[in-house]
Amino acid sequence: MSASERSVLEGEAPRAGRGEATRARAAVKPTAPVRGPDDIITLKHGAGGRAMRRLIEETLAAGFTDAAVDGIGLAAMDDGAAIRLGDRWLVVTTDSHVIHPVFFPGGDIGRLAIAGTVNDLAMMGATEVLGLTSAVIIEEGFRREELERIQTSMLETCREAGVRVLTGDTKVMGRGELDGIVLNTTGVALADAVVPDAGLGPGDRLVLTGTIADHGIALMAARRGFDFAGDLRSDVAPLNALIRVALAAVAGGVTAMKDPTRGGVASALHEMAQKSRVGILIEEPKVPLRPEVRAAAEMLGLDPFQIANEGKALLGVRSAAAEAIVAALRAHPLGRAAAIVGVCTSERIGQVVVDTGIGRRLLAESEGEPLPRIC
Amino acid sequence: MTPEVAVAGETTDLRFRDPARARGLARALERLCAEIGRERVSVMHVCGSHEQAIAKFGLRTVLPRRLDVIMGPGCPVCVTDLPEVDEAIVLAEDGVVIATYGDMLRVPGTTRSLAEVQADGGRVEVVYSAAQAVELARDTTDQVVFFASGFETTAVATAAVILDGPPPNLSVLSAHKYIPPVMEIVAEMPGTRVEGYLAAGHAATITGWGIFERFVERHGIPVVVAGFEPLDILAGLVELVELIRDGKREVLNAYPRCVTRDGNRNAQAQLWRVFRATGGRWRGIAHVPNGNLRLRDEFAHVDARRRFAIDVRRLWTQAPPTLAQLCICGDIMAGIRSPKDCALFGRACVPESPVGACMVSSEGTCRIWHQYGGHPDLRSLSPHDSDRLP
Amino acid sequence: MCLGVPGRVIDVQGFTATVEFWGVRREIRLDVVDEPVAPGDYVLNHVGFAIRRIPEAEIAETLALYELLLREAEGDMMAADVRGEIEASSTGPVP
Repeated sequence: MSASERSVLEGEAPRAGRGEATRARAAVKPTAPVRGPDDIITLKHGAGGRAMRRLIEETLAAGFTDAAVDGIGLAAMDDGAAIRLGDRWLVVTTDSHVIHPVFFPGGDIGRLAIAGTVNDLAMMGATEVLGLTSAVIIEEGFRREELERIQTSMLETCREAGVRVLTGDTKVMGRGELDGIVLNTTGVALADAVVPDAGLGPGDRLVLTGTIADHGIALMAARRGFDFAGDLRSDVAPLNALIRVALAAVAGGVTAMKDPTRGGVASALHEMAQKSRVGILIEEPKVPLRPEVRAAAEMLGLDPFQIANEGKALLGVRSAAAEAIVAALRAHPLGRAAAIVGVCTSERIGQVVVDTGIGRRLLAESEGEPLPRIC
Repeated sequence: MTPEVAVAGETTDLRFRDPARARGLARALERLCAEIGRERVSVMHVCGSHEQAIAKFGLRTVLPRRLDVIMGPGCPVCVTDLPEVDEAIVLAEDGVVIATYGDMLRVPGTTRSLAEVQADGGRVEVVYSAAQAVELARDTTDQVVFFASGFETTAVATAAVILDGPPPNLSVLSAHKYIPPVMEIVAEMPGTRVEGYLAAGHAATITGWGIFERFVERHGIPVVVAGFEPLDILAGLVELVELIRDGKREVLNAYPRCVTRDGNRNAQAQLWRVFRATGGRWRGIAHVPNGNLRLRDEFAHVDARRRFAIDVRRLWTQAPPTLAQLCICGDIMAGIRSPKDCALFGRACVPESPVGACMVSSEGTCRIWHQYGGHPDLRSLSPHDSDRLP
Repeated sequence: MCLGVPGRVIDVQGFTATVEFWGVRREIRLDVVDEPVAPGDYVLNHVGFAIRRIPEAEIAETLALYELLLREAEGDMMAADVRGEIEASSTGPVP
């Protein structure tokens, strides 16, 4: 670029005349998109929103979803798979973890990798974990000391969850071929009954096990240059013990479960509503939210409903069981702020309506990675 | 949001979110509209943040049915035209570091958005503040271009960092917009049924409410400056509909804690020292005389348009920018036509690849229609078998 | 169009201030605001810049104005139950 030449665009943009516009109207076949927005994969395809779901359905899961499975297979797009074993279920789930920064307020990639897989199993109703695998890909130049810290953190989180890593794999790739470290964990567990995403029925209550948006906001605040100071910490934690308590509180009381990770509570609610063929009405004033998190979200123009959580669960429960389940959750250290936040309806199937205390709005599903706004 | 956490912090604005008072103001509005007696009273806000707040707090469901609050061209990001986005894309493709507000990342240019350039290896950094773009430049020897968007409120922050003497490797690509001229355009649109304007409180914090006096004189339409909390918006609407009922043509300031008659003179001085207003297209709306803010000659050394040769034509050979010509966002924003009148809607123009401003914005009319098949009425929704929660 | 968040000034260092927003702190630049700012003041922050010092008296005045609008609405029968609701409400931190 030369410094002397001026932009060709100071002032006005070129406009087609009337005739040109008419020709364009004839030329543009409005039946097919002119631009291919999905020609390349962008971050929005990995952010847990609609874009990601579409990509998976159209490419990665294509051809696998029609396989007949006695149980829950890929077609269900659930937290994991469930395979019938006699009168019990073998539940399997896998998750690759990448996060920037690797160490963040409230946790690190090691804790995230253990908790993430333990939680996916728990969301299927499988709280008795048989074992985990750990596969790690490391970028050349990664510091050994950091790897040791990650390992210590994984060990501690395993102890907390009462689980063990049984096998693993290690690869090293060249500098610049990946960003630091990728950790994949797979988990297997046995369950007496499987709790699907799709089990909600009209009248069921929705229960959140605690405050929302802590993880995503802590990460965003910790990012270089954003410089938010305050008690903003990730909630990353293994939830199997908490979920065990909820499942035991009332037999058959829990009808559906999901952990609202990427895409936040909004994505989880949309997915549950669509799969269960119900509408959902959320009462926003009942949704637990820490004031610091709300403040940071307001400053960044973000909707806490769309922000990731790593230590919370969203439970569908029978209305008669709701109070008892919430009481049981609140007795556990990870569920102290648990609350009934909404109800399933037979109107507005697949949609999520939020009562704000003043009026109502439709809850938007996240469009991809949440970005701070100025307007 | 649980009461016990919500009241714990020391905050001023929870008082402006009180549901009972909000409902009280909504009923005052209902009564005013009934007094006017016509089937429809139409007002327009010209501020994306008003729409965001209206959506966030669910205010549309408490507004009287006969009060039509039209969303005007008030989102500076959505109205950033294709060629402006293209300039940033060309720079990023040429290896320059682009620093920009998060809002701009997914706004489509002619061939793609900055998010797509970033995915392709382009260096695009999201910043929270103009000051952060300066820090970014200080930490590198590479060229950093701050792709600056926003109305006058945001432009003053850009002006401040320019006046502060930024590092030599920082330049500014201004896509800043100036609101008052577009209000003239909308007011003069044939067929417009807007009877009053709710003006943007934070832009007026800078410019002062006095700037609307001539507008009111010229067009004979009342203007009320309003803030962004639920009570601010509802009270602003009450005052505006009162003016309409009484046939009064004047400016009222319903946001006195931030807006004065003369505004922030210090900010104005900085703004106009750095920027000049020039004409330009607003995406999907019109050519707006004096609607764009560009750097003055004195600051050519910071102006990305003068420091780099930005040839956006290379993008246009791949896809000539004709689609935007078919977009009827301007009419939709003016409340004259609806998305179903648009040839592009739902076909060439979808949320994943929007053409016009109304599809770019998450609260845009077209986006909402596309998602929900029209403007949903949520007033009547009653939970199955149940009651409110305990 | 412009996201503005009010916060309380904790400390001033030249052209920057540490401002607290419900427990979150951030450095905010003071180049643009047109009045001297001192600890304890409220400022309106937009993209990391204070654009206005918010006088506490004006906050009270605004709330008083809204009360007036509500009282005017009270002439209407419908508003009476709202008035009752407001008086009965114990949750909102209303002065």
